[in-house]
Amino acid sequence: MIRPGKGAEIRMAWWRRKKQALEQTSESNKVSVPRGLWTKCDACGEITYTAEFVQNLRVCPVCGHHHVMPTKERIAAMLDRDSWQPLDLELRSGDPLGFRDQAAYSDRVAKADRSVGPTDAFTAGFGTIDGLDVSAGFFVFEYMGGSMGSVVGEKVTRVFERALERKIPAVIFSASGGARMQEGILSLMQMAKTSAARGRLRAAGIPYVSVCLHPTTGGVAASFAMLGDVILAEPRALVGFAGPRVVQQTIGQELPPGFQRAEFLLEHGMLDRIVGRLELREQLGLMLRLLAGAPAKAAAALPPAPAG
Amino acid sequence: MSGKVLEFERPIVELETKIRELKDLSGAGSEMADEIARLEQKAAELQRERFAALTPWEQLQLAKHPDRPYTLDYIGEVLTDFVELKGDRAFGDDPAIVGGIARLDGRSVVVLGQQKGRNTKENLHRNFGMARPEGYRKAQRLMKMADQFGLPLLCLIDTAGAYPGIGAEERGQAEAIATCLELMAGLRVPSISVVIGEGGSGGALAIGVTDRILMLEHAVYSVISPRGCASILWKDAEAERTAAEQLKMTAHDLVGLGICDEVVPEALGGAHRGLPATAAALHDALRRHYGELAALSVQDRLERRYAKFRRMGHVEMQA
Repeated sequence: MIRPGKGAEIRMAWWRRKKQALEQTSESNKVSVPRGLWTKCDACGEITYTAEFVQNLRVCPVCGHHHVMPTKERIAAMLDRDSWQPLDLELRSGDPLGFRDQAAYSDRVAKADRSVGPTDAFTAGFGTIDGLDVSAGFFVFEYMGGSMGSVVGEKVTRVFERALERKIPAVIFSASGGARMQEGILSLMQMAKTSAARGRLRAAGIPYVSVCLHPTTGGVAASFAMLGDVILAEPRALVGFAGPRVVQQTIGQELPPGFQRAEFLLEHGMLDRIVGRLELREQLGLMLRLLAGAPAKAAAALPPAPAG
Repeated sequence: MSGKVLEFERPIVELETKIRELKDLSGAGSEMADEIARLEQKAAELQRERFAALTPWEQLQLAKHPDRPYTLDYIGEVLTDFVELKGDRAFGDDPAIVGGIARLDGRSVVVLGQQKGRNTKENLHRNFGMARPEGYRKAQRLMKMADQFGLPLLCLIDTAGAYPGIGAEERGQAEAIATCLELMAGLRVPSISVVIGEGGSGGALAIGVTDRILMLEHAVYSVISPRGCASILWKDAEAERTAAEQLKMTAHDLVGLGICDEVVPEALGGAHRGLPATAAALHDALRRHYGELAALSVQDRLERRYAKFRRMGHVEMQA
């Protein structure tokens, strides 16, 4: 048998040929493409220039799919430019139960602090929307799935209390899997604590708008997120009490299409409106002004009519 | 009675069976009386020792014991003239929550609580004590009624959780629970909740935002069931014993965490082995707490209730 040399390979039938790189390139002369320059839409697969994608608030320009948005970008997109004053930065989670599953809770917290920042799963403060002062809060879903432990409950409560103190509307953007199991019963009680604070705001006649982002479930949905004077959601956001997996396990059958999505909730009367992210700030401004009985911004900005 | 005997109850139950046999054998005769008395004393001692050293897992088994007294059992023992009221005036009546008006020591109260079934048929009717939104909306109706007529509110908590079904989600389970929480925080009347068995998550808390939170000795109260917790955090439902320990869900744990105001002692061997004694202890505790609450002004009660829940949680300050 004749062993084919390199040249012989070329003459080989094509289906026997080994695949070979067209050109050998060394590591050094490779043209490097920065990672993340392009972003592929999770829903339609369209590839967009990442800078444009971020500029478009991570909404796919082709199909309109709303992708998960880092909290920093969220804050910048929802509030007036440079108006954000974060507060309660000194609050930290402890480990009241000495909880340990596959990792110790304190290690999980330390890890999240390092990778996301020391905000825990919620950041609270003051800002303006369409020029109107608001006491605002944003869930940080990146931080342990936005789960609500004592720190989150405390910060949410303070959002309501500061709104009450300053007589300005409260706005909370929720994205959470629910109560944080590692703080046990203390996490559950945050539902009561936050709802009680929300009740005081209602009694004082100060508006609270709840915006449900993807996903808003469990103890967060079953407390202040569902207690807004106005409740909004982003398109396709999952909002519900029990997670879809739990529901499916309980009933043992397929869930209907679109179950627990914002459109489903709207249909069943659980939401006021679904608002796309690109219109959200403007719509919030409009609604807050209407609720507060404040004039439209254009009118407010008009110079006073000359006397005489 | 299911007659179910838990592993750690077995030695005691066997001893008790022996005593009963001896009694039958000896009839009215007195020659065995000394022996019987000695055995009875031994059984009581054994029980006391064993029950003083229950693990969280064993407490959970007791809390879920199929013979454990339920809401209607306590209503029957502690209250008089109970009149059940039904329906949420919007969709339906949820038999997983019972409620109505009754008397406690002759004074009118509004009472409500989750109700489990004793057998399969009852459990199908009661949905195993897992309420749907209409149950929570019926509860809201009754809470408002209590406020309207100035009647103290009593809530008996005993549920694995709110029902996670398609219809429940369609009809706004989350909103129904949330509204209960806010409503209870603002009630003008004195309120007490008692965890009599299982306090399971938001479905339990929905009727638990009260001036006082009591727990029966072997009741548990938790953010999630140990099984649910195990399957999420350990990715293994079999880790539920470990989860039960980690979650700190027993009555004494909850006193330590500043959630439970008082542990109500149960009959030796658990409420299912002595309903009258357990109900009497509960009655005592209710009388005392309602007495204290009635002495406060409405404003004072509201402030204290707000402050009570406001304090709950564990937050550390970074310098």
